[in-house]
Amino acid sequence: MRIPLSWLREYVDLPAGETGRDVQAKLVAAGLEVETVEQLGAGLTGPLVVGKVLAIEVLEGFKKPIRYCQVDVGQANNTGEPQNIICGASNFAVGDKVVVVLPGAELPGGFKISARKTYGHVSEGMICSASELGMSDDHDGIIVLPPEHEVGTDAIELLELRDEVLDIAVTPDRGYCLSLRGVARETATAYGLPLRDPALLDVPAPNGYGYPVSVSDPVGCDRFTARTVVGLSPEARSPIWLQRRLQKAGMRPISLTVDVANYVMLELGQPLHTYDRSRISGTIGVRRATPGEKLTTLEGVKRVLDAEDLVITDDNGPIGLAGVMGGANTEIADVAADPTSGESVGTTDVVIEAAHFDAVSIARTARRHKISSEASRRFERGVDPEATSAAAQRAVDLLVLLAGGTAEAGVTEVTAPSGPRTITMSADHPDRVAGVAYGRETVVRRLQEVGCDVYGQDELVVTVPSWRPDLGAPNDLAEEVIRLEGYANLPATLPQPPAGRGLTERQRLHRRVGRALAGAGYTEAPNYPFTSEEILDQLGLDSDDPRRATVRLANPLSDTEPVLRTTLLPGLLGALRRNDGRGEHDLALFETGLVFRAAATPDEVAVAAVRLPVDRRPSDTEIAALNTALPRQPRRAAVVLAGTRERAGWWGKGRPADWSDAIEAGRAVARQAGVELIVRQDQQAPWHPGRCAALLAVVDGQEVLVGNAGELHPRVIKTLGLPERTSAMEIELDRLERATPGPVQAPHVSTFPVATRDVALIVDASVPAADVETALREGAGALLESVRLFDQFTGEQLGAGKKSLAYALRLRASDRTLTADEASAARDAAVATAVERTGAVLRGA
Amino acid sequence: MSAPNKSFDPVEVEALKPEEIARMRDEALAAFAAAGDLAALHEAKIAHTGDRSPLALANREIGALPPQAKADAGKRVGGARGEVSRALKARQEELEAERDARVLVEEAVDVTLPTDRFTPGARHPLTTLSERIEDVFVAMGYEVAEGPEVEAEWFNFDALNFTPDHPARAMQDTFFVRATDGGGAAKQDAKQDAEQDAESGIVLRTHTSPVQVRSMLDREPPIYVVCPGRVYRTDELDATHTPVFHQVELLAIDEGLTMADLKGTLDHMVGALFGAGVRTRLRPNYFPFTEPSAEMDMQCYVCHGESVGNPDRPCRTCSSEGWIELGGCGMVNPRVLVACGIDPERYSGFAFGFGIERMLMFRHNVEDMRDMVEGDVRFTRPFGMEI
Repeated sequence: MRIPLSWLREYVDLPAGETGRDVQAKLVAAGLEVETVEQLGAGLTGPLVVGKVLAIEVLEGFKKPIRYCQVDVGQANNTGEPQNIICGASNFAVGDKVVVVLPGAELPGGFKISARKTYGHVSEGMICSASELGMSDDHDGIIVLPPEHEVGTDAIELLELRDEVLDIAVTPDRGYCLSLRGVARETATAYGLPLRDPALLDVPAPNGYGYPVSVSDPVGCDRFTARTVVGLSPEARSPIWLQRRLQKAGMRPISLTVDVANYVMLELGQPLHTYDRSRISGTIGVRRATPGEKLTTLEGVKRVLDAEDLVITDDNGPIGLAGVMGGANTEIADVAADPTSGESVGTTDVVIEAAHFDAVSIARTARRHKISSEASRRFERGVDPEATSAAAQRAVDLLVLLAGGTAEAGVTEVTAPSGPRTITMSADHPDRVAGVAYGRETVVRRLQEVGCDVYGQDELVVTVPSWRPDLGAPNDLAEEVIRLEGYANLPATLPQPPAGRGLTERQRLHRRVGRALAGAGYTEAPNYPFTSEEILDQLGLDSDDPRRATVRLANPLSDTEPVLRTTLLPGLLGALRRNDGRGEHDLALFETGLVFRAAATPDEVAVAAVRLPVDRRPSDTEIAALNTALPRQPRRAAVVLAGTRERAGWWGKGRPADWSDAIEAGRAVARQAGVELIVRQDQQAPWHPGRCAALLAVVDGQEVLVGNAGELHPRVIKTLGLPERTSAMEIELDRLERATPGPVQAPHVSTFPVATRDVALIVDASVPAADVETALREGAGALLESVRLFDQFTGEQLGAGKKSLAYALRLRASDRTLTADEASAARDAAVATAVERTGAVLRGA
Repeated sequence: MSAPNKSFDPVEVEALKPEEIARMRDEALAAFAAAGDLAALHEAKIAHTGDRSPLALANREIGALPPQAKADAGKRVGGARGEVSRALKARQEELEAERDARVLVEEAVDVTLPTDRFTPGARHPLTTLSERIEDVFVAMGYEVAEGPEVEAEWFNFDALNFTPDHPARAMQDTFFVRATDGGGAAKQDAKQDAEQDAESGIVLRTHTSPVQVRSMLDREPPIYVVCPGRVYRTDELDATHTPVFHQVELLAIDEGLTMADLKGTLDHMVGALFGAGVRTRLRPNYFPFTEPSAEMDMQCYVCHGESVGNPDRPCRTCSSEGWIELGGCGMVNPRVLVACGIDPERYSGFAFGFGIERMLMFRHNVEDMRDMVEGDVRFTRPFGMEI
C-alpha cells in the first residue's frame, strides 16, 4: 500500500516538520512494514509552469513528426514573449494548456534544461510528459491540462510534484491498512494524536426505492449497499488533485467514475463497483454461480464459473465476479465523441455497489481464476463491513461534486444481521505473554486505541472493532497491547531449559561421517533432490530396480526434473561434471542427505488427503497413518571421485583415483559407526560389472547390504559425460547405524615381543583375497595379532589363471614370548586352512 | 711381592726420563691435532695409545725401576697418558661434531617444496554453520530434532494454523507430491493432473516447523528443541533465491515462557554467533503459527549501525541500514498448542526460525546464492571443517 504523506496529513495533524522517514520509524515500531519512503520530486527544480500552445509547425524530413511550437508562459520567462519549443509528441493541439519546463530548471534524474539547438531550431525548454516529471510511468505523450489553469502558474505546486510516499507491505492480518483510513488510524495512535475518520459521514437511512437488490447468499455477502447517481457529464474529467493522489498511490487515472471508485477504495478500504445503469437490466442479485456459467470479465477474459464462485447478476445473468472483478457487459463506457454531433457521449447514470463479501469465498475465486485485483486483495484480508454505506456515500458525494451528477434519493441496503464480536481475556494476559507488567490501565487504554470497547476489571470483555476481523483470541489482543507499548521495550530474559543430553548418537554419527570424509580429502557438495527418470535410465537401472520407486512432484520447477532422488549419485555426478567442466579435474566429492522411496500403497497415501482436525491432538493411530502415507526417507552418504587421488610431484608419480578409493570411502564411513564392512564382489548398476563391491554389515546376526562401491560402468561414464574411470560409493547411514555394535571393549595389550611370518600363496585368480585372508585368520588361531596382504602378483611363472598373494602374519601371545616353533606352527596351521578352503598352494614350499 | 730390582739397567730406563715422556706426550698431542678426520685420528690413536705406542712401552718399563724411582716414573707416565687420552677424546668429539655437522648440511632439503600430495577436503559451510548454531542451543540444554522432508500437509500447514485457504498453500509457493505414488505408473499429462494431484496432502516441507509439531506430539513439556534442516519453496534459482534451502528453527514450550524469554534467547544466539553485544530488534509481523509475531533483526555486526546516514562509511553487509533481517519469531499460537495436544492454559512457548543461506551470505560475504548450491569445490574448500 502506497501512502502519500500529503494525503495522510488530511486525517492526522502531524507536526509540520515531520518527514516521511520520521513517520516510517513510528509505523515500523507499531508493526507496519514500511519498506521504502519515496521522495517524489527529489531533484526537481523549476521554473516549471503552465503554458498555452499558440502555434504548431510540423517539421518534415525526420524519422518521426517533430513539432516546433510557440507557447505562452505568461511572465514566467520574464519577457512575456512566447517560448519556442521543439516537441516530439503530437497529442496536443493549438490552444491546449501544457506543462512547460524552462531553461535553468532541472528534472528528476539530474536532467538540466537549457536552450539548445535541435532539429534546426533553438528549443527554449520542453513540453513535459508525466513520466518526465516522475508522476507515473505513463509514456502516452505530454500532459494536457484542463483549460481553467492560468498560463505561468507554477506547475510543481499545481501537480503536487513534491511529496513523500510510504510504501507499506501489509501483512495478511492487517487488511484495514490497505487504506488511508487504516494507516491514518495507526499513525494517529503512534503519535498520540486524534484521527479524523473519513468514514464518519452523514448517510441517509436506507429506504425502499433504491435500486433493487436481492442477495440470495447472505453468508457470501452479508452487506450490499446500492446508490444511484444520474446526469453525470461525460466530459467531466478527474481533477488534478484526484489524479495525482491515484498516481501517487500507484494507480492509473482512467475516467472520472472509475477514478472516484478507486479513490474511495484507497481512502476507506472499501472496494466499490460502478455499473452503467443503462447496461443493467432488472434486479441486481448476489448468488453462487451455476456450474459452467460463463462471464467475460473487464479485461476481456471469458471465464467458466465454478459453483463456489459468488457472482453479481442482473436479469440476463452474471455481470460480475463478486469482489474480484466486474463483467465487461456492464462496464462504464469510455468517453467518446459522437460522430454526428461531436458531443461527448458516455455513461451518464451509474449504480454504485458497496458490498461486503466473505473473505474465504473471494480468496478461492481469485485463486481459481488466477485474478489478483485491488478488490480481491482487500476482501481476502478482511474489509470493514460497517464501512459500506459510508463508502457509497463518499462516492456519491464525489460524483455529484466533480461530474455534476445528481444523487437519487433511493438508498438500498441489504444486510445480514451479525452481532459484535467479543473476546474475554484476563486483564493481565498481555503482561504474561510479554513478561512485562503493563498493568490493567495500560492494557485497556491500548485496546481502546485500537478501536475496541473494553469492560470489566480482572476479566476484560473486549468488543473488537468491525475493521479488525483478525482479532479473535486473547493472544491477538496481547499482540496489540505489546506492539503499541513497543516491541523495542521488551526486556531480555533467558529461560532455563532442563539439563540436556547433547546430540543423539545418530546425530553425532552424521557429523562424524562428514568429518571423516572431509578428512579423507572429500569436499561436501549438497545437491538439489530433483531428478528425472531419464537419469535413472542413463545409470542403467533395471525396470524393477528399487531405485525406480520415485516420488513425483505435482508442480516441479522443471518438467525435466519431476521426481525426487532415490539415490544421491545423480546429483553428485552432476556436481562432479560441473567441476570438471570448470577445469577442476582431480575431484573427490561427498554428500549426505535423504533419498525418497515411494513405499506406500495408494490406499495408504490417500490418508494424507483427508484433513485431520486441529482442535485437538490427533490420535496416535491417525498420526501413524499419516506417517505411513509418506515415502521412506532414509539418510545416505555417497562419494564420487575422478582424476588423481594422490598428486604427482617432486616426490614422484601420482596415483589415479580408482575403485579401491571408493570402497575405502565406504569403510571410512562405516568405521565412524564402529562397523567393519564385509566387502563382496557384486554386479549392480551403475557400477562396472567387474569392479563393483557390495558393502555389507551385520545387523542382528544377519548380513545386510548397506551400500555399493567401485568404478562406474564405462557406458554410464560415457553417457553422462564423466571423466574416465569415475568411481563412486553410496551407503545407507540408517542401515549402518543399526549395525553399530555396543561400546568398544578395550583390547588387552601384550608387551611380549611379536613374531612375524610371511607367507606367499598361489591361488586361482578367481579366489577373492578376502577369502584367503579369512582362512589364514581362522587357521592361525588365537596367537594371530594381525594379517595383512602386502603384495599380489600374476605372471608366467605362476601359470595362467593363477595369482600369488603375499601375507604378513604377526603373532603374539599375551602371557609369554613365543618360541620360533610356536610361531611357525601357527603359520603352518594358517596356511593349512587356506590350502584346504581356497585351494591355495604355498609358494616356495 | 718381588724383591727390589738390583740389576738396574741404565739403558733400559732411558725411556722413562722426564724429557722422553714429555716428548712422547707432545708427539701424541701433535699427531691428534694433525689428524684431519676420524680415520686419521684412529691411526694416530693406535700409534700413540695402542699397545705398541711409546707411552705404553714406557709404562712397561716402570716395573723394572727401583721402588724409589717407580713411583716417580709411574706418576710421570700416568700423567702423560692421561693427558694424551683426554686430548684424544677431545679431538674425537671435535671431529665427530664436524662430521655430524657436515652430514646434516648434506641432508638439508628445500622445505619450501610443495607438500600437497593430498588435496584437502572440506565440509559445506551450510552444514557447518547449521551445526554451529545447533551447538549454541545444545549448550543451553536444547535437543536437536529432525523430521522428514517430504511431509504431510497436516504437519506442515494445518497443525500450524494455516487455514485451508492460506495463500502459502497455493501451488506457486509449495511443491506438492503427486497422489499417484509414481512407482512406474507415471502419467504423461502431468500438467493436467497437477491440480488434482495437489490434493494428495503431501508436500515438500516449506519450513522446518513440522518438526516442531512432531516434537510437541512426541514429547511432554517442557520442550526445548532446535530443528535444522532442508526446506523447499517453488522459487527459481537466482542470485538471491533458491528452491531448496536450509533453516534452523527453535521451539521452547514451558510454563510461563514470555516474549522477554524469546528476546533473551535471540540475544544470546546472536551474541554467540556474531560477538557479545550485538543486539537484536523485534518488529511486529504476522505468521499463522505465532501470536504475537515478530520479525527479528540483528544489529549489523560489521558497522554496528555506524554506516547509517554516513555516506563516507558505507557498509555492504547491511547496505548501510544498520540492521540485518534475520527471520521470523513469536509466541506459539495457542491454536498450535491445542492441535499438538498441549494445554495452552498451562503452557506457553516461543519459536523462531531463519534461513542459513542468508546468514551465510552476510556472515561470510557470499555474493551469489548459486555459489552455495553448485557444489564448486573452489567455493567450499576454504571453509574447511568448522565455521
